[in-house]
Amino acid sequence: MARITFKNVRHAYPSPKGQAPVYALKEINQIWEDGGAYALLGPSGCGKTTLLNIISGLLTPSEGEILFDGEEVTQLPTSERQIAQVFQFPVVYDTMTVFDNLAFPLRNRGAEESLVNQRVEQIADMLDLTDSLKQRASGLTADGKQKISLGRGLVRSDVNAILFDEPLTVIDPHLKWQLRSKLKELHQQVGMTMIYVTHDQVEALTFADQVVVMYDGTVVQVGTPVELFNQPHHTFVGYFIGSPGMNVLPCTIENGQPIFGNNPLKTSYPVTKALTGTTEVGIRPEFVHFSQSGIPVSIEKVEDLGRYKVVTLNHEAEVIKMVMKEGEDLPSSSPMISFDPDYTRVYCDEWLVKEEGVNE
Amino acid sequence: MTTTRRWLVPTLYILFLMLPIYGLLSMSFKSTNEILGGFSLFPQDFTLENYKVIFTDPTWYNGYLNSILYVVINTLLSVTVALPAAYAFSRYRFLGDKHLFFWLLTNRMAPPAVFALPFFQLYSAIGLFDTHIAVAIAHCLFNIPLAVWILEGFMSGIPKELDETAYLDGYSFWRFFIRIFIPTIAAGIGVAMFFCFMYSWVELLLAKTLTSVEAKPIAATMTRTASSSGYELGLLAAAGSLTIIPGAIVIYFVRNYIAKGFALGRV
Amino acid sequence: MNKTQNNKAWWLVVPVLILVAFNAFIPLMTVVNYAFQETFGDNVFFWEGTTWFEQVLRSGRFHDALIRQFLFTGMILAIEVPLGVGVALTMPRKGPWVSVCLVLMALPLLIPWNVVGAMWNIFALPDIGLLGYTLNSIGIDYNFTRQPFAAWMTTVVMDVWHWTSLIVLLCYAGLSSIPDDYYQAAHIDGASRWAIFRYIQLPKMKRVLTIAILLRFMDSFMIYTEPFVLTGGGPGNTTTFLSIDLVKIALGQFDLGPAAAMSLIYFLMVLLTCWAFYTIMMRNEEQ
Repeated sequence: MARITFKNVRHAYPSPKGQAPVYALKEINQIWEDGGAYALLGPSGCGKTTLLNIISGLLTPSEGEILFDGEEVTQLPTSERQIAQVFQFPVVYDTMTVFDNLAFPLRNRGAEESLVNQRVEQIADMLDLTDSLKQRASGLTADGKQKISLGRGLVRSDVNAILFDEPLTVIDPHLKWQLRSKLKELHQQVGMTMIYVTHDQVEALTFADQVVVMYDGTVVQVGTPVELFNQPHHTFVGYFIGSPGMNVLPCTIENGQPIFGNNPLKTSYPVTKALTGTTEVGIRPEFVHFSQSGIPVSIEKVEDLGRYKVVTLNHEAEVIKMVMKEGEDLPSSSPMISFDPDYTRVYCDEWLVKEEGVNE
Repeated sequence: MTTTRRWLVPTLYILFLMLPIYGLLSMSFKSTNEILGGFSLFPQDFTLENYKVIFTDPTWYNGYLNSILYVVINTLLSVTVALPAAYAFSRYRFLGDKHLFFWLLTNRMAPPAVFALPFFQLYSAIGLFDTHIAVAIAHCLFNIPLAVWILEGFMSGIPKELDETAYLDGYSFWRFFIRIFIPTIAAGIGVAMFFCFMYSWVELLLAKTLTSVEAKPIAATMTRTASSSGYELGLLAAAGSLTIIPGAIVIYFVRNYIAKGFALGRV
Repeated sequence: MNKTQNNKAWWLVVPVLILVAFNAFIPLMTVVNYAFQETFGDNVFFWEGTTWFEQVLRSGRFHDALIRQFLFTGMILAIEVPLGVGVALTMPRKGPWVSVCLVLMALPLLIPWNVVGAMWNIFALPDIGLLGYTLNSIGIDYNFTRQPFAAWMTTVVMDVWHWTSLIVLLCYAGLSSIPDDYYQAAHIDGASRWAIFRYIQLPKMKRVLTIAILLRFMDSFMIYTEPFVLTGGGPGNTTTFLSIDLVKIALGQFDLGPAAAMSLIYFLMVLLTCWAFYTIMMRNEEQ
């Protein structure tokens, strides 16, 4: 097992001659701690899979270095990196039995047959595959096949990390849940570094200790699910995590205080830096409340989602969403709202304006 | 992987394929004297005389027209009748369907040599001997089963929901079939036509047996020339080179579909 | 796909049935007529029973042609299958070269069969052909019109030239249906080049390869035009395969009875082999 370090990694896929390269990954510096459970979250095409393939060695980055426990492995081929990877669509060797499939990575590395038996049985037990060990792998259902793919990743005890590339895409929703908890359980049992790529925030937040959010080829924030929710470092994180996503509203700054429309807003810390660029204020719908005074709005729409209601409000041309808990009522006339100052954030050119003197 | 030397195998293979073709082409540009005078890698005395003969002598160029005519008739005929049949095989179970399908395929396996003489008698008896239609219909023997086989493969890949939706929308069978279904499997029709064209174009035994003057295929004209009017190699080479062209054009048009058609494993 | 039971579907098959049956039944009946009867023309027939069949099955000439046929089919399969698979495996998978390769490789398949024969005849002529001249000038005594061995080899190489591309195209199609994920997973599992071939590529090619072998078996068993134009079956009878022999008997000597009997035996052999193949293939697929 190992700690994986990315140093100034950039990657561009070959582009047609005469055109400037388009970077799928723009400069990534990132440390993946040994034994961590990471989720790599981001929209399709943000570079998640590229990053994963660089770790496993299926791709060599155009620039930068990869270190495993401080040793450079950038040019090392996949087979020498001791990385396991599970793909979006199940890969099974159709002609082999389930047992032989699971034993394949071990046998390729010349493991003793007794060790193979022991490991395969252990893994099969973990994944509830014991009954079908003697079956042909081609006869299994999609989730059975994906379990085999998972199993082939887990069967080697010497792997540095297991990478999952949206492994549950083809699985039925109710089995998704099962397999995800299985993975979490396995992580606790074996303690290997796991990196889990997904574009589904629920999947990411339930699986991982640390969520790495990617957007447009860069890592925009790394943090626990709670941190991502409370303190999005980038407006994209705000949008992408949470349902509905964060309200991002245009604002101006006067005397360290954001002004939205004509309404000055309170924040937990003043903006002391001089800002050049587009300034915006971000507030999650959960922290928008009706109040006696504040910003006058009109109610456009109320969606009842059972446990809570999502209210869509208009203030001049801006749309604001708010979440209303069960039991709360809509105000009868001329509604006004206020934002919770502790969770009101100011963004400049999409990045969070941090409190000065505070390092995170 | 030794990716650096991988290109070597296909390159050598293609080189091997091109050598005899080159031999033919180079000979077609030589005069008879030069050919008989001994071997030369390149035409020393480059001449278009052989091609001129072919394009001016009606027995030659008519051969091309005859071949192309019956190949086109056969291709259209085979695919047209194969379409509804393939649809039936891909969508319905009916009495004896499996046996019928296998029986169709057995005709693809019939050696043309077995049928040469009976074909001659049959088509003479019904007065179609030495017509383009005769060859076009005779080639249906192996091209229809082939077309049914290929099209059935493509059609099975189209979900049945397409048909059902159309019927729900009030389409009649034939209107659905022509307006919706046929455009959907256009690629499959292209592949089927390619194979029908190919097999009809390359077959000679039946084509030669069923024709004498009026519908004589180019390939048969070549064999006659080779035996009767002395061994005019240059002329033969030029005629042969010209028969490669229609095939090359057809391949060029379907190059992106060839692999797909084969991929169905139905040839 | 689950199909609906519908006997009206027969109507859709009728045109195909008429056209194919017209071409298949009537000539086949003619062959059967000749096979069991003797005729001296004018539609007068005498029942001969199985005389012709016995005669054909006992004749040394038929045995020789049959042996030559099996030898030829065996040889071309032994060369074309590995060569075709090898070329398919090394072909580029992406990029502009794919089309170039496909078009050039498919070219021999679309040349009329007698032109193939004529082309190889010209190519192999000992004094003025590219191949013949080259072989002779590097000191190999080569003349396919006189040496049985040279005639055989030329016929085999011609068939390899003509038909290996079919196997290449089929296998290539099989290979290109394998998603990249499979190769990546194999690298991660530490699979060797051989293991990738054995467990990923070969299983995917199995179906198309079976069809390729079946087609090559069938077509090589029917081969007539190319060797006929190249060697005329000679020198002597050394390259007289079943079809050539059949045409010699039927049209050359006009021995219609034996020719018809031989046709039926011949057709039956092809049919049986293909039926066996077909059954095995279907059984494999069901598993």
